[in-house]
Amino acid sequence: MEKNEKALYAELDAYIDAMPTKQGALISVLHKAQDIFGYLPKEVQTHVADKLDVPASKVYGVLTFYSFFTMTQKGKNRVNVCMGTACFVRGADKILERFERDLNMKANTTSEDKLWSLDALRCIGACGLAPIITVNGKSHGRLVEDDVPGIIASCLEEKEGA
Amino acid sequence: MVNIKINNLAVQVEAGTTILEAARNVGITIPTLCYMKMESAGCDNAPGSCRVCMVEQEGRANLIPACVTVVWEGMAIHTNTPRAIKTRRTVVELFLSNHPKDCLVCERNKNCELQTLAAELNIRENKYDGKMAKHEKDSSSMSLIRDPEKCVLCRRCETMCNDVQTVGVYSAINRSLETTVSTAFNAPVADSTCTFCGQCVSVCPTGALTQANHTADVWAALADPDKTVIVQAAPAIRVALGEEFGMASGARVTGKMVAGLRRLGFNHVYDTNFAADLTVIEEANELLERINNGGRLPMLTSCCPAWVKFIEHQFPTLLDVPSTCKSPHEMLGAIAKTYLAQKLGVDPKKMVVVSIMPCLAKKYESSREELGQGVDYVLTTRELASMFREAGLNFHALPDESFDPIMGESSGAADIFGTTGGVIEATARTVVHTLTGKNPANVEFTQLRGTDNIREATVKAGDTELKIGIANGLGSARKMLENIRDGKSTYHAIEIMACPGGCVAGGGQPYHGNDQSVIKERAASLYAIDGEKNLRVAHENTEVKALYAEFLDKPGSHKAHDLLHTSYVKRAKV
Repeated sequence: MEKNEKALYAELDAYIDAMPTKQGALISVLHKAQDIFGYLPKEVQTHVADKLDVPASKVYGVLTFYSFFTMTQKGKNRVNVCMGTACFVRGADKILERFERDLNMKANTTSEDKLWSLDALRCIGACGLAPIITVNGKSHGRLVEDDVPGIIASCLEEKEGA
Repeated sequence: MVNIKINNLAVQVEAGTTILEAARNVGITIPTLCYMKMESAGCDNAPGSCRVCMVEQEGRANLIPACVTVVWEGMAIHTNTPRAIKTRRTVVELFLSNHPKDCLVCERNKNCELQTLAAELNIRENKYDGKMAKHEKDSSSMSLIRDPEKCVLCRRCETMCNDVQTVGVYSAINRSLETTVSTAFNAPVADSTCTFCGQCVSVCPTGALTQANHTADVWAALADPDKTVIVQAAPAIRVALGEEFGMASGARVTGKMVAGLRRLGFNHVYDTNFAADLTVIEEANELLERINNGGRLPMLTSCCPAWVKFIEHQFPTLLDVPSTCKSPHEMLGAIAKTYLAQKLGVDPKKMVVVSIMPCLAKKYESSREELGQGVDYVLTTRELASMFREAGLNFHALPDESFDPIMGESSGAADIFGTTGGVIEATARTVVHTLTGKNPANVEFTQLRGTDNIREATVKAGDTELKIGIANGLGSARKMLENIRDGKSTYHAIEIMACPGGCVAGGGQPYHGNDQSVIKERAASLYAIDGEKNLRVAHENTEVKALYAEFLDKPGSHKAHDLLHTSYVKRAKV
């Protein structure tokens, strides 16, 4: 991130400057910022506060209210396991446990080597495909526990291929 | 007009009135917790979130919150049915289930809105047992303590800090049981842009925001036979302290206060008013120098440490506009440890200076490095009252005593320092004298008085017309500063006080619940004290004259600059 940090801030500023009004823009700006930076560290929050002329406390307040926003840098591979009711009754907890075991990490954390982030989410709105997970933005539905090793392997392959 | 019935009583109110206001108009009490009228700010804190003010409406299944429901024609409200009472009690019982049960040792014991509600709603058991929120206490600052476990999420502090003061330190963070009101990044308040004006403390209904208590330090100093402990009291204390002992708002208790301070064991009791007169002379001198030498105008008063910290954070490019004068109690501290120590034959290192202030920011101010160690401890009006109670003093029975000489004399100009407009009126009296060679025919510049948050007026001094601005409340100060920054300000001098209403409504004063009538009474008493004095102008204070003759030489002298003036530092905006 360091090498093109300036470019990332420029992209965010361009987005904010193009908004018709800064009033009530905070949430969309935070979405965009997280999109650009991957997470919302202090510096980005302060920057947003300054740009939108709102107190930093308010930015931080909004960010800590919505679980979608994160202040910690996520891993290269992001695994989100839906723990909504439908997924849960169809065994999402087993899927999550399998990821925890195979990746040797706890849910809602990022691995030390920053390769993996494993998060349990509330309903993502695809109950027909329960249990469902998203891996790097792509969804995998109607999973069974034994699908997990294959998903992990394909992530690692893609990474090597890249 | 709208016709409604409250408890079968026909009531006519203006359209747009809430049920709560309509009921209060006819003497019917509906309990509230989060609601607070903030007249001084032109806004109310009414998030409608606590549900303590629930009432029944005929023909409606659910109860409705009285503080945010506007009346409509034909509405029939019942505030005291068994169902409404039970609902309100349950709401408070639920609050109590997530509130520490340490009332006996709480700073707000006997002065807590939640405690009062529990008593008034006849709650006699802790009915609900549940998970309690766990939050760290924040004792990082010299001025105030945050104990979020006692927070009831009324949002009054947020409204005050964000909407009235425009400082923006507080926001609700997290969600569910973890919700709390905190600073950006949940940082200690000492590391935030907080000005320590203390208005959040004065509106907090519980012990979630309280003053940092320094009474134990002062008791320790008083117990040390090696120390000469001197005390000074600000003008706003003498018209508010009595309220702590059940007296009327604005009761004038100067003499009893002095007597009480002596009985606590202070070796000498001095008047911050003496130093207010000194401030007037230095500030008037600085203003005239700036006017005559093409210096930076407008000059802004610098008595208020909260406002000083505000400009340092929010307008760091404008640090040449405030007067360089220290605040009066810091001037007194500096003079005490030099001139007074010499006169009394006391080693300044063994002298302890205690200031009784209406203010929480003065506590933080005493730790500012640029000011040296003039003042050692700052106590608020409330802390002083608690020391009087600890010592078993019968306040009502105390005789009237006078301040000690050397730093005990003061003019009426000093008394009015405690209210909005007072500092600049006091300064104007002396500026007129300097420019015309005589005192103004009428020293009362009533055009400078009033309660509006932003005011302006002109004072004539011979051929010179002084254009003066006044702002109280930091939101109003911000507007003044934006004008100065944008080159639109045409004033010679501007007085700024951080608290709406001035020091009489300071964060260290007896809790006034934002009741403007209380604040007006206190201000009226200060003007009355001024009006009754023979000495009305600072430059005729004989003790201040002696100080210049024997020690400081003249206003703005090298020595005066060393001891009575200060500097400001740029601070981060976030």
